[in-house]
Amino acid sequence: MSSVASVHSLWTMAAEAPARIPAPKIEYAQLAPALIVLGAAVVGVVLEGFVPRRSRYYAQLLLSVLALAAGFAAVVGLAAGGFGSTKAKIAAMGAIAVDGPALFLQGTILLVALVATFTFAERRLDPAAHGKRVDSFAAQAAAVPGGDAERAAVKAGFTTTEVFPLALFAVGGMLVFPAANDLLTLFVALEVFSLPLYILCALARRQRLLSQEAAVKYFLLGAFSSAFLLFGIALLYGYAGTVTYAGIAEVVSDGAKQITPALADTMGNDALLLIGAALVLMGLLFKVGAVPFHMWTPDVYQGAPTPVTGFMAAATKVAAFGALLRLLYVVLPGLRWDWRPVMWGVAIVTMLGGAVVAITQTDIKRLLAYSSIAHAGFILAGVIATSKDGISSVLFYLAAYSFVTLGAFAVVTLVRDAGGEATQLSKWAGLGRRSPLTAAVFAVFLLAFAGIPLTSGFAGKFAVFKAAAESGAGWLVVIGVISSAIAAFFYIRVIVLMFFNEPKADGPTVAVPSPLTMTAIGVGVAVTLVLGLAPQYFLDLAGQAGVFVR
Amino acid sequence: MNPVNYLYLAALLFTIGAAGVLIRRNAIVVFMCIELMLNACNLAFVAFSRMHGNLDGQIIAFFTMVVAAAEVVVGLAIIVSIFRTRHTASVDDASLMKL
Repeated sequence: MSSVASVHSLWTMAAEAPARIPAPKIEYAQLAPALIVLGAAVVGVVLEGFVPRRSRYYAQLLLSVLALAAGFAAVVGLAAGGFGSTKAKIAAMGAIAVDGPALFLQGTILLVALVATFTFAERRLDPAAHGKRVDSFAAQAAAVPGGDAERAAVKAGFTTTEVFPLALFAVGGMLVFPAANDLLTLFVALEVFSLPLYILCALARRQRLLSQEAAVKYFLLGAFSSAFLLFGIALLYGYAGTVTYAGIAEVVSDGAKQITPALADTMGNDALLLIGAALVLMGLLFKVGAVPFHMWTPDVYQGAPTPVTGFMAAATKVAAFGALLRLLYVVLPGLRWDWRPVMWGVAIVTMLGGAVVAITQTDIKRLLAYSSIAHAGFILAGVIATSKDGISSVLFYLAAYSFVTLGAFAVVTLVRDAGGEATQLSKWAGLGRRSPLTAAVFAVFLLAFAGIPLTSGFAGKFAVFKAAAESGAGWLVVIGVISSAIAAFFYIRVIVLMFFNEPKADGPTVAVPSPLTMTAIGVGVAVTLVLGLAPQYFLDLAGQAGVFVR
Repeated sequence: MNPVNYLYLAALLFTIGAAGVLIRRNAIVVFMCIELMLNACNLAFVAFSRMHGNLDGQIIAFFTMVVAAAEVVVGLAIIVSIFRTRHTASVDDASLMKL
């Protein structure tokens, strides 16, 4: 009864003379990375409304690049100010954590987004329509494919410059996602980065039916999974009476400071905790693309415009693994003995499932999608380690993997035939004879995916498996190495196909890109080789960043 | 009335929504089922809020409504655009890509 009385006292207090509510204290400087990016996205929407159509592209591109660079500078500034290590703290009334993992992942996301913006802006790959250069996005997304409205839009030279503010909104959500320090912020950030991605998926210029289908699938399944996440949040709130990470962690480990009768009642109900935690994990594993929540990945990766696929594959994975790490290490360490066996199982089926199914793929984008599923499994092996090495190895792996992915998808945009991108694997036969440089660059990315020494993939996999083995997950490492070997088979098969097969007469050509895409690919190769040849500095950086604030 | 009964109702509504997503074939109906799931979450939040005697759950319910509204905007735009292309909103017909 006392809880009922306390609710009534809340209501009557509010109805009488309301006491002054203290204004929340917001540390704007420490939230600068996300604020800059989201502010620029809002400005981008305004630009879309007021800037003349012919100069919108340049204005949006400039704004995006400046915003992402400024956001990265803010992250570096915060890290240099010690927020990554000694001064790590929880900002914005407990909603956002500013600590090592958050800053490391935010920096990675911003750099990835910056490079992805270059591939978004590429306008030399598709042949010019009616004398005007076009990018990878539909002339007018609302026009029916093949209809009169679309022809008119193409003739008028329209371009969907909305992709830049949409991408900025998505990046803003991704910056908050791994830093979220309560479950409400987690949910809102998830939606803020998911909703723009659903739209971006639907905007391909070529093969618009595939693109729209990918968007519908991604949207329906994404909304389905976020409903599960939300119900999990509701149950965890019911269990602990609070949604802050620290508050839930205290209740989970029986360290709650004030135990009200209602809390004593719900705390005793383990079903709330276990089902709630399972549903929240399910929502996050969906975003990560882990088996058995992976069914959307191949379809969405194949149907979405390739620059969007690259961005999504790289940045979403970084953000989602950041949030997963924080949830498991900050909120649920007291539940370790319950979630570790489950995550063991998920990691094993993800590694094996992704690698085995990838062998049968005939489309390069679907192949990379299944390879990303397998990589999600390798990263999960590091997550399971539940040690400081586990955190830092996952951070390093994410940084290494995201640039390789971005570069690989940028190369996919170059290989084209009359119908747009030639993603059929059979058409890539003999590519190494026709354009040795493109094929060699793609081979570097594939070797990095496979984890061959001297590439970033090897350093990342070694770090993750070492952390897992040290935490007693020896069998997991054995299965991880076996599935790496299976995965290496199909990566090498693509390399053999490119270099040791005769080119077909009607094979695709390699478009000559502008410096924008060249930069994206160049950054990918450079990061792959630098992280592969001299990983120690970056491993140390990730090691310093590997402590969560609580 | 015991607030726990509202939790049973929330769980029931959530299950009906989830079953609807899996069974129904029209994208609009599937989407309505997802909205039902979100509303079931809201009911659970408000019921827990009453049990614990704090207002967090009620605040979260408002956030959920805003998010659901934003989701409707994006979702209906995508579903309408695919309907105009194909003249059907069945999720079974969207199968150009093999699974």
